[in-house]
This record gives sequence, C-alpha cells and structure tokens, in this order.
Amino acid sequence: MDASIVLKNVSLAFDDKVVLKDISFELLPGHTKVILGGSGSGKSTILKIILGLLKPDGGTVMVNGKRVEAMGEQEMMTVRSDIGMVFQEGALFDSLSVEENVGYKLYEESSIPEEEASRRVQEVLGFVGLQEYIDRMPSELSGGQRRRVGIARAMAAKPGILLYDEATTGLDPITAMTVDEEMVKLRDLEGVSSIIVTHQLRDAFFVATHEAVRQNAHIQITPADPKKSDEAEFIMLKDGVVCFEGNASELRASSDPYIRQFLS
Amino acid sequence: MFDLLERWLKTAILEIQEYVRLQAATIRGMTSPPFYYRDIIMQLDAIGVGSLTVVVLTGFFTGAVLALQSGITLDQFGARPFVGRLVSASMLKELGPVLTGLMLAGRIGSGIAAELGSMVVTDQINALRALGTDPVRKLVVPRVVAGLVMAPILTIIADTVGILGGMMIAVFQLRVASSVYWTSVIDGLYPNDAWMSLIKPFCLGYVIVTIGCHVGLRTSGGTQGVGRATTSAVVAASVAVIAVDFFVTRLLITLLY
Repeated sequence: MDASIVLKNVSLAFDDKVVLKDISFELLPGHTKVILGGSGSGKSTILKIILGLLKPDGGTVMVNGKRVEAMGEQEMMTVRSDIGMVFQEGALFDSLSVEENVGYKLYEESSIPEEEASRRVQEVLGFVGLQEYIDRMPSELSGGQRRRVGIARAMAAKPGILLYDEATTGLDPITAMTVDEEMVKLRDLEGVSSIIVTHQLRDAFFVATHEAVRQNAHIQITPADPKKSDEAEFIMLKDGVVCFEGNASELRASSDPYIRQFLS
Repeated sequence: MFDLLERWLKTAILEIQEYVRLQAATIRGMTSPPFYYRDIIMQLDAIGVGSLTVVVLTGFFTGAVLALQSGITLDQFGARPFVGRLVSASMLKELGPVLTGLMLAGRIGSGIAAELGSMVVTDQINALRALGTDPVRKLVVPRVVAGLVMAPILTIIADTVGILGGMMIAVFQLRVASSVYWTSVIDGLYPNDAWMSLIKPFCLGYVIVTIGCHVGLRTSGGTQGVGRATTSAVVAASVAVIAVDFFVTRLLITLLY
C-alpha cells in the first residue's frame, strides 16, 4: 500500500532556533497518525510543511507519491486539492456565512454546478450536525460549532487526507467528544487518512480506540477491536525531535520520563 | 551600534524585497486568470462609494478655504475676479489629487492593513492557501484594481466639489459674479492640467493600496500586531502620497509642459 504522506529526515530552523530535526514518518491510506507534544514542540509546523505553507530546510516530503518540498505555489495548488485542513480556532472567513465558508472551495475554486455544490454543503453540514446553522455568520457560532464548521469546510471537497491542528483544544469535554466523533466517522466511513495534532491525550486515545460503524441508517461510535486500535500510530515530539513512535498501548506502557509526565 | 544599524538595514532591504515581490505577484494576478470578479465589484464599492463622503467634504472645504484665503491676497492687486482661476488650477493640479490621496491613505490604507492583518493572525490567509486560493489574486488584485479605478474618479469628484465650494465663497463672501467666477475657472484650465489631475491619483491609488496590502500581509504578533500594522500603513501611505506626488509632478512637468 502506497503511503498517503511520507516525511523523511525533515528539518526546519528559524534563524538559530531548531523547530524540527530529522522528522520521519509515513501515513498509510485510511489510517490515523496522532502527533503529540507540548506547546512549541513543532507539531503544527509539520502540518504546514505537508500543506506547503512552510518549506523545510532539508529532507523529503511526499504527498500521494509526489515530492512537494520544493514545489512552487502554483504546483502546490493541485497537491492541496486532495488535502483538507482544520485549523486551530477554525480559521473561518469572518465575512462569509457558514454556507459560503463550507462551500468555499466548491463555489470559488471548482467548476461544479452551483446546485450540486449547495447539495454537498448541506450534506457535510448534516454530517457535522450543523445543518440549521447554514445561514449564520461565524461570529454567531460557539467555539465548538466553529471547529465543526472548520471540519465541514475541510471535508467538503472530499479530500483523501485531512490534517487536524489542535481541533479540540479549548473546547469543553462534551463538545470535544463531538469533534472526536467526526474524526472517527471521516476515517472509518469516508476512508480519509488523517494526521491529528494535539496535546489533548483524552481525544487522541479516543480517536485511536474507537471506530464508526453504519447500522441501518444510523452511525454508531463503538470501541474498536485491538487490531483496529493498533492502526492508529502516535508520535511524541519534544523540542522538534521525535521522542516516541508507536501505537496507543505502547505509548501507555512507555517508561520515558517525559512521556510519563505527559501522560500523568 | 553597528549591530543595530545592520539589523535595521537588513529589515529595510527585506521589506523592499517583499514589497517588490508583491508588485510582481499582483501584476501576474492582474494579467492571468483566475479573476475574482465579485471581489473586484465589492472592492470598487468599498473603496469608491465608501470614500465618497469623506472626499466630498474634504474637497468642498478645501476649495472654499482656498477661495477665502486667495481672495484676500488677490484683493491687494485688485485681482479678485481671478479667484476662480486660482481655485481651479490649485484643485486640479495639486490639492485635489493630494488631499484625496491622503484621505484614501487614512481610510483605505488603514482598512486594508487591518483587514488583511486580522486574516493573517487568525490563520485565514493560510486557510485560503490550503483551500487552493492564491491570496494575492483573491485579496490584493481586487483592491489594487479598485484603487486604480476609484482614486481618479474620487479625485475628479473632489476637484468638482472643490471648485463649487470656491464658487460659494466667491459669490456670497467675495461678491464675485458666478459668471465671472466660471469664466475665470475655465480660463485657468489647460488640457495638460486635466492629464495631471488624472495621472497623479492613478499612481497614488496604486501606492496607497499596495502599501496597505503589503503591511497587512506581513502582520505578525496577534491583535497588537494588527494595531501596529494599521498605524504603519497609514504613516507609510501618507508619506508615500506626498513623495510620489512630488516625483510624478516633476516627471509630468517634464513630459507635458
């Protein structure tokens, strides 16, 4: 199986400050990679490098089999067409309604008919449970709703890869759970490969250890079997360096003092 | 001390480099698809119609005060009937373009820097790029097009209203007959003045908008950074209006007169 994303020895420094050093990992199609680490450890930077928003100083970045680290902005546009990103705080466009935000890529950057785009917007808003908020402005939404609209916007164009940047940070546990469930649903029902950047362990373990199943017309989130749980891989970053790589049970069993402190 | 100077020089060169890169990207965006027509229309409205009140008020009172002040001086030479000539020449060649430029620098330069700066610090610019949109084409090009189109139109309006303001003072305060005033206004105008009145705001509109966009897109440091960017944009655009006015005037005098 060809990997959706491959990073090999990726490094980045701003002046004298090393942000990432020799980061390597692979993300397989339909799998989840969880990147953990404290604030400023370089987690979000990895997502920006994958998306081409930042260029690494060294190493190789491959997305869907294409080397992207040296691509220009125009070439990156085609690579980005298969990637969706959920930003911290949502990064919704203030001047656009929920419908215009969610359908932005479809209305502005694609040639699909407007009725079809509108149908897809309603479909994805239904998926995240916000269909009745379609005409609201972002300023009228709560924090959790903004994140869910962010997820809907990222998935509207049916990307094969979704990148979540601290999608649950700052949310109350109940709202965070609804966002976690969206991530699980997208992975298991839509076959989306995902990278989840977070420092919320509870959310990371939830996504790793649960799966979404469709029963009749209903979608249920149930505990995953051990084999499925092991598919989700964890990476722990410390000062821009990978200090752990493995699955959820290996992470829990780790004796590394930093990880123990992080888990406690 | 040397370190400080070196750092300042590096920052200045970097700013110039980034400003030139933005110009190149803007020109590319203006000459090749995709074009965001809806955004261009929205910016024409925001920059043009939105600035109308401030430009009309500025133009009117400038023309009026010009007539008031020059009336006193012209009286010393018994040349009061020539007040129209002085008002029209001053408004068209200098005060109309420059004052409209300064008003736009305050209103549009700050607005653009604040809007784009907020988008930068809240990751909306990165979101645009992630969604496959070039921010220069989507945000900068419509504003530049609107600035290029609306600055000359607003200047013509300011000139016209300024001459009307001058007429009000000439007729009601200086007791100059309106027919005498208008004859004097027309006598004082030459085709080259009209060219100067159109070319200058075209250049000023471009400079004001591109400075606002450049400063806005380079915002960093959260909401405090947005505040700093807004102030910088107004200061830089206002100084640029005065400086560009001088150089364009110098060039046009060489070419037209």
